Amino acid sequence: MRFVQNFPFFSIILSMFAGIVSSVLPPRAAKWVNTVLIVTVGVMSAALLTFLSGTGEPFVYRMGHFPAPWGNEIRAGVLEAGMALFFCIIMLLSMAGGRKKLIGEVEYSKHSLYYIMVDLLLSSLLALVYTNDLFTAYVFVEINTISACGLIMIRQNGRTIEAAVRYMIMSLLGSGLFLMGLCTLYDLTGHLLMSNIRESVEQIMEQGVYTVPLAITIGLISAGLAIKSALYPFHTWLPDAYGYSTVSSAAMLSSLVSKGYIFLLIKIIYRVIGFEAFAQSKIIDVLFVFGVLGMIFGSVSAIRENDIRRMIAFSSVAQIGYIYMGMGLGTQIGMTASVFHILSHAATKSLLFIAAIGLTDVSRGSRRFIDLTGAGYRHKMAGAAFTVGALSMVGIPMFSGFVSKLLFAEASVGHFYKMLPAVIALAVSTILNAIYFMKTAIRIYVPERRMGREVITAGQEPVYAAVLVCFILLNIALGMLSQPIVEWIGTGLSMFG
Amino acid sequence: MKRKNNAFFRWFYGETDPMQGKVEMRPQREYAPKEGEIRELLADHQTLRERIYDVEDNGKLWFFDRLYRAAAVFFCLALIFILLVNVSWLPPSGGADNPVNNEVSARYIENGLQETGAVNIVTGMILDYRAFDTFGESNVLFIATVTVLILMRLDPEKKAPAKKGVPVYQKPEDELTVAQAQANDRVFEPKKDVILQQVAGFLVPVIVIFGIYVILNGHLSPGGGFSGGAIIGAGLILYLNAFGFEKTERFFTEKTYKWVCFAALTFYCLAKSYSFFTGANGLESGIPLGTPGAILSSGLILPLNICVGLVVACTMYAFYALFRKGGF
Repeated sequence: MRFVQNFPFFSIILSMFAGIVSSVLPPRAAKWVNTVLIVTVGVMSAALLTFLSGTGEPFVYRMGHFPAPWGNEIRAGVLEAGMALFFCIIMLLSMAGGRKKLIGEVEYSKHSLYYIMVDLLLSSLLALVYTNDLFTAYVFVEINTISACGLIMIRQNGRTIEAAVRYMIMSLLGSGLFLMGLCTLYDLTGHLLMSNIRESVEQIMEQGVYTVPLAITIGLISAGLAIKSALYPFHTWLPDAYGYSTVSSAAMLSSLVSKGYIFLLIKIIYRVIGFEAFAQSKIIDVLFVFGVLGMIFGSVSAIRENDIRRMIAFSSVAQIGYIYMGMGLGTQIGMTASVFHILSHAATKSLLFIAAIGLTDVSRGSRRFIDLTGAGYRHKMAGAAFTVGALSMVGIPMFSGFVSKLLFAEASVGHFYKMLPAVIALAVSTILNAIYFMKTAIRIYVPERRMGREVITAGQEPVYAAVLVCFILLNIALGMLSQPIVEWIGTGLSMFG
Repeated sequence: MKRKNNAFFRWFYGETDPMQGKVEMRPQREYAPKEGEIRELLADHQTLRERIYDVEDNGKLWFFDRLYRAAAVFFCLALIFILLVNVSWLPPSGGADNPVNNEVSARYIENGLQETGAVNIVTGMILDYRAFDTFGESNVLFIATVTVLILMRLDPEKKAPAKKGVPVYQKPEDELTVAQAQANDRVFEPKKDVILQQVAGFLVPVIVIFGIYVILNGHLSPGGGFSGGAIIGAGLILYLNAFGFEKTERFFTEKTYKWVCFAALTFYCLAKSYSFFTGANGLESGIPLGTPGAILSSGLILPLNICVGLVVACTMYAFYALFRKGGF
């Protein structure tokens, strides 16, 4: 075994250890531990990615002295390593971009607790990405849920507490359904390890016994993870949670937490149930329908919103709808489009949240559109970044959103009966996206005649400006270099099988 | 009959009260908020009814109110129905040919003792075969305490290092200060309850010793870190109730909690990392398993059980203290 193959295990255990150590550290030290941790894990994931692209073979890593069905095991392929790297980049940028707000919105003595939450959130995301065992996945889903809840409510005002309670209720419902599905699956197959369940599921399919409980199980797991990742009718917790929490939390929740669950679902589809079996089940049509509904109704809610943060949050509902729509097509290319959109949405949504903060800062902290008039002139960097994010979300060429929309359209064209609804929904949703994002972009560039507003230049907030530049570059990179990324996703997905 | 003149009979005939002067006898008052507060609450309530829940004039709200109730009932019934159907299709419980009776459980039962050295198979499974999951589980406990700390802990005001152009955090006006919370803590509870103190004096040592027994014998008999830790935590809470924070703070403060949890989890993390690393790379771990059945046996399981027990006991106590007065 090569040393680099230890890296998935190192990343998970290091982030848990960082969380534990931060509990006795003062806030400043905890901040540095957090930053160093994210960078280290990112570097390790990058090394792993290069190693795996070289060998082209996924590997399993035994956690302890006992082989797989008895002990624990994690597994790494190209897609997992790349996702881990990507999550680290987004998390680093989100933390750096929102640090100034954190000081103003969270009690100083509780900053260490905030960094503990972030460290453990990272560990749970990594574990969800690398896991090869359904029960391990469940344990880390729990950590993920609790830390996300803490991230929402650490900014203590009435609205965040309410949002956290809502999030908790919905999220626990999702966990409960997921756990029930998992129990049934264990009862049917006698295994918790993904590859062994896969074999038993294939036998069940062949023999034809237990097909009904298997279908129900697939439904329970999909519904549970869909609730946790805010698929359309289960999205009611989302706008408050993203809209009122401190900005780093909002950026990480929208771009990482929900994506972690979606990635887990994709992993379950490929490695537990089998892609063909999933494509044949009726559950996939349900996901498709709700995805399409989400694309449209999420955007409609966003148009009606008068608060910029909540508008961006509602836009997330629409984008999650895109991802489920792609999964619901039941084709490889649809899945590739979904995975690409996970990346594209994560990069763009965190950019929008971070940029929106700069705009509200120069508008006396108000988030209403009328007060944001001309904010793009008062904070030029944030204005430019927000515009880039908006263009990307609408799907203008050169930016990442365009590529994912193109991929979705390509994927749906090949499909027999889902083509028409998918393409129509794409078109309608794009127009709706354009309405609310362009409305905002125009609003922030309407000259404001009233004097006496604060002006912030990039030189005053160098870190913030650098973060925005990185986000913009990331977005353009995803949009311009899409071909290698799509190929990488393709190889990664084939390594799942 | 001659009246005997000892303490019991004097108490019996109502002449003296032995608790006089020992227990703080403050009659319990009903909670009565100030008049101004009541008015404010009523006004808020009225505004809520009129503006937000104006069901009579707001048809949409009336409709959705009804719709949500109906939908909730419908979804619950549907879920119950689906799960019942599911259960009826599952393999019969306890059948010998069930898929769960496979090589996985067979090895746990047959080789568990040899491979882990633990007589208690369950402990061997959670702390050796699947120790990674259990480490995750103790982190769940840890992060749950952190969340409660965020929500409940009251901190004395401490300023962040000032930076130019960065707004300073302002505490909400209605948040309690630490002193207020400490004063509130005793309002509704009598001090120095002799009965409780006597009983606690008997029970607490027994409870704590039993908890330690359960933890230390986790690999030999039913029990282990989680259950033993919960028992010790219950003992600590009883002690706190009887003797108050002044007594417990002599040996258990937030600092103790922090360092005990830190030490336990760090040991767990490092020990298990070593074992995972050696296991994955095919190295010998060199940890002796000992004679099964002895207290000092089964490798890492005993120290890990102690760590888990410490974390659980501290967590229980911390929850109680935080909910009671927002600190230790």
